[in-house]
Amino acid sequence: MKVIVNIQLKNGVLDPQGKAVHHALASLKFDEVGDVRIGKQIILDVATDDQAKAKERVTVMCEELLANTVIEDYTIEFPAC
Amino acid sequence: MLVAVAVFPGTNCEIDTKYAFEKLGQEVVLVFHKEEKLPEGTDLVVLPGGFSYGDYLRSAAIAKFSPIMKAVIEFAQKGGKVLGICNGFQMLVEARLLPGAMKRNENVHFISQFHHLKVIANDNTFLRKCSVGELLNIPIAHGEGSYYIDEAGLKTLYANHQVLLTYTDENGNTQNPNGSVDSIAGICNEAKNVFGLMPHPERAIEAILGSDDGVKMLRGFLD
Repeated sequence: MKVIVNIQLKNGVLDPQGKAVHHALASLKFDEVGDVRIGKQIILDVATDDQAKAKERVTVMCEELLANTVIEDYTIEFPAC
Repeated sequence: MLVAVAVFPGTNCEIDTKYAFEKLGQEVVLVFHKEEKLPEGTDLVVLPGGFSYGDYLRSAAIAKFSPIMKAVIEFAQKGGKVLGICNGFQMLVEARLLPGAMKRNENVHFISQFHHLKVIANDNTFLRKCSVGELLNIPIAHGEGSYYIDEAGLKTLYANHQVLLTYTDENGNTQNPNGSVDSIAGICNEAKNVFGLMPHPERAIEAILGSDDGVKMLRGFLD
């Protein structure tokens, strides 16, 4: 089963990449953009059909390796396939 | 003194680090990341600079699970002295041996230049040969060196004299190259046996190459 992990900097933690892209968009006259935050997406192929079990395991993966929870938040999603 | 310098795939400062400590008359052993034990009688572990595991995911995120890191963490927890330079500092925060986290530089650039540092606390092994307020000229070379810690954590750092070094200009005025909280360049743990800094003291050991201020820092570890 596919599991999608989205990782982004916590609210309040300055995102320099997002800021740089925001400036670039502004210089291209996309004035409607108020803020840009850049995160990363990790797509896992997990060998199980049990969604609850997968979520439990992926949560541990996030806590131990995929995210640095000092500065990052993560969400776990199961795409409809 | 026996210095163990850990080498990971992508580490690139191990030879400079070895050279620096040998110049100070110390015995240095390079220890490969697959080793599960530190050499018998290790007095100091240095986690050197570089781009361990390509810095994939986050700087030093993968290195912390290397076999040698288990031994280093155990060594640190028993009170052994550990110095993390640049990528090594990132490893220490990733492994939670030091508080806080490292972020991409605020200007999103890789910065490689000499930078002045101010000594904030010297009541520790590492900086005991330096005086508080002293300025040191040491190279920095990093893309993810923006130190982050929350407000409560920062207060604790100051209360325990764990903030060791800050970035300044040549006159000692704050000059923050990378967006670090309070312009912090280096810290230690509460027990003061684990030290991390982004600048490279091992690259400042000969005046002919720009500065030998690093000697004073590294000498702190010598008996």
